[in-house]
Amino acid sequence: MTDAADPRQPYLADFPRLEREFYKDDPAWLRDTRRNALARFQELGFPTLKHEMWKYTNVAPIARTRFTPAIAIPGNGLPPEKLEPVVFGKYEGSELVFVNGRFSRALSSLRNVPDGASVGSLAQALREEPAALEPHLAKTAPFDANPFTALNTAFLQDGAFIRVPNGKVVEDPIHLLFVSTSQPEPAVAYPRNLIVLEDGARLTVTESYAGLDAGVYFTNAVTEAVVGEGAALDHYKLQRESERAFHVATLEIEQGRASSVSDNSIALGGGLVRNDVNQRFTAEGGDLSMNGLYSVTGQQHVDNHTRIEHLTPNCASRELYKGILDGRARGVFYGNIIVHKGAQKTNAVQTNKNLLLSKEALVDSIPGLQILANDVKCRHGSTTGQLDEDAVFYLRSRGIDPETARSVLTYAFAREVVDRIQVPAMRATLGVLLVSRLPNSEAVREAL
Amino acid sequence: MALLEVKGLRAKVGDKEILRGVDLTVNLGEVHAIMGPNGSGKSTLANVLAGRVNYEVIGGKVLYDGKDLLAMKPELRAREGLFLAFQYPVEIPGVGNAYFLKSALNSIRRHRGQEELDAMDFMGIVTQKMKLLGLDESFLGRSLNDGFSGGEKKRNEIFQMAVLEPRLAVLDETDSGLDIDALRIVANGVNSMRGKDRAIVVVTHYQRILNYITPDFVHVLVNGRIAKSGGRDLALELEKRGYGWVEESVSGASAAIS
Repeated sequence: MTDAADPRQPYLADFPRLEREFYKDDPAWLRDTRRNALARFQELGFPTLKHEMWKYTNVAPIARTRFTPAIAIPGNGLPPEKLEPVVFGKYEGSELVFVNGRFSRALSSLRNVPDGASVGSLAQALREEPAALEPHLAKTAPFDANPFTALNTAFLQDGAFIRVPNGKVVEDPIHLLFVSTSQPEPAVAYPRNLIVLEDGARLTVTESYAGLDAGVYFTNAVTEAVVGEGAALDHYKLQRESERAFHVATLEIEQGRASSVSDNSIALGGGLVRNDVNQRFTAEGGDLSMNGLYSVTGQQHVDNHTRIEHLTPNCASRELYKGILDGRARGVFYGNIIVHKGAQKTNAVQTNKNLLLSKEALVDSIPGLQILANDVKCRHGSTTGQLDEDAVFYLRSRGIDPETARSVLTYAFAREVVDRIQVPAMRATLGVLLVSRLPNSEAVREAL
Repeated sequence: MALLEVKGLRAKVGDKEILRGVDLTVNLGEVHAIMGPNGSGKSTLANVLAGRVNYEVIGGKVLYDGKDLLAMKPELRAREGLFLAFQYPVEIPGVGNAYFLKSALNSIRRHRGQEELDAMDFMGIVTQKMKLLGLDESFLGRSLNDGFSGGEKKRNEIFQMAVLEPRLAVLDETDSGLDIDALRIVANGVNSMRGKDRAIVVVTHYQRILNYITPDFVHVLVNGRIAKSGGRDLALELEKRGYGWVEESVSGASAAIS
């Protein structure tokens, strides 16, 4: 039984009402899934520092805040110019915009979507083609262990559904833009994305999460990506929530035979951020490039948990996460590569590098490699340090002032990840964002 | 007036006093070679002149163009026309050669009250100088010294010097690790910079580079002091006889004093 002081209580209390009002047209399988997920959340409760997976991140501020479900907030037409600060400049591609978790047709646009592909709102797909969702939704992202995934599954309402059929190529990138606006009461949105690439399909997709105001809100997002045989997915995420926002997100990727995935996760915003990326090779010959960059300052806390599972032979994964921590910010990198028994000829590299720009900044780096096969090539490494003073002196000895030198070197550190971004508009936007946060940004801007 | 006047310069690294009273005068238009055995303080002198932080000056003074050089921050020294070619240039991935050099050049031009160069003007200046140092165009797009061979790094130092056009260039063991072809290219680059408006100080262990860059003066640094100065012939004598006889004459002299 629960009482009013129990942080689970508001969620359990909200559910029946939301189910009646908003989920009533769900197919039966989804209704069951929601109820199971809620029950699982009730069992798990909010994690504490005693949980191995939550040892470095205290979610008590989330647990003790009463969030109104954003779905219950009346939608208001957001004028397009409000989006200007958070869209990519010079972007050419499709854009699906979600305001407080809900799809906005008026703000969205599609370009060059091939015949037979579905690109649109998950809520709409649930109404119009539930059979296309049933095999995948909540199948790739398990909710048995992570209470936030359980909550998202219980309360999911909208997000993007993208399905690219056999052999089809989506030429233009698709940008999923999730914006949050300030509400009188803190609100929680549950973006839920499902990306299905059938065999041989190709797609580039970017998720952006941005706050338009300075308010307190909570984004609890889950993305599931199923990548078929010989398919290729380039996935990006740019998290730039408001500084008081809570952001907890999970990306689950399942890779089929000879498929290729690159995932690039950029975390700049939010007050308390937890980002999980879990990937599985379920057949031979897959290739994964998993990159991350977190750059935080002030009192920000950002926690990256990644898991790469080599379940089958002959797959390759390369992981690079880099962190820049300034002010009193705290960062976490927890990486786990599991090479299962029989996953011979696995090639796996994991690297985490952190740059501490202030004495008060702190990072916990926990690289991990579990190898249960005997014919593999695996290595991992982690470094944490400050700017190289020899490099600072080198730049100064050529006439560059020390502040600019430090900014240039900080940007140079991030650049290894920035340069991997293959969507030019996102790369340019990120470059500007990173540089504008640095002292003497005008002088550094020439570097772009 | 001398361009550089070093008077009784003493400096230490950690607890160890490396420079123990260096006197040196360099005029515009001159090329000086500073030679000496390992540990004699050659590189320390070069780094102190450039303003490296972990070298502590404990005595003496240095006038550059009549101004107190030691009171200037490293970037100000550079803008005033001092250039150090590093013995070990730092690799900086993520900072492009072209961007870096353009920033450096413009910070120096701003200091001189000159207009900043745009990308076009900059390219005009660097293209010809790259040819001089045998650097191809891909070089500009690469990260600063990142993955460069030893020879490429040294060529890059001289290339930077050619672009930045310093009044006083200090070359810290630029010849070390160079094969004969690379040495010729580097020496050729340095020679093209000789002129009445510039002075060059070549710090080297070996006389080899002086076959290509003929110095006006040669100084031997022993145990933190200039033990002997002379002309070009002194370098040849050092090559023939090694440093031992200079070291002995110094310790003999100090024994006579004590």
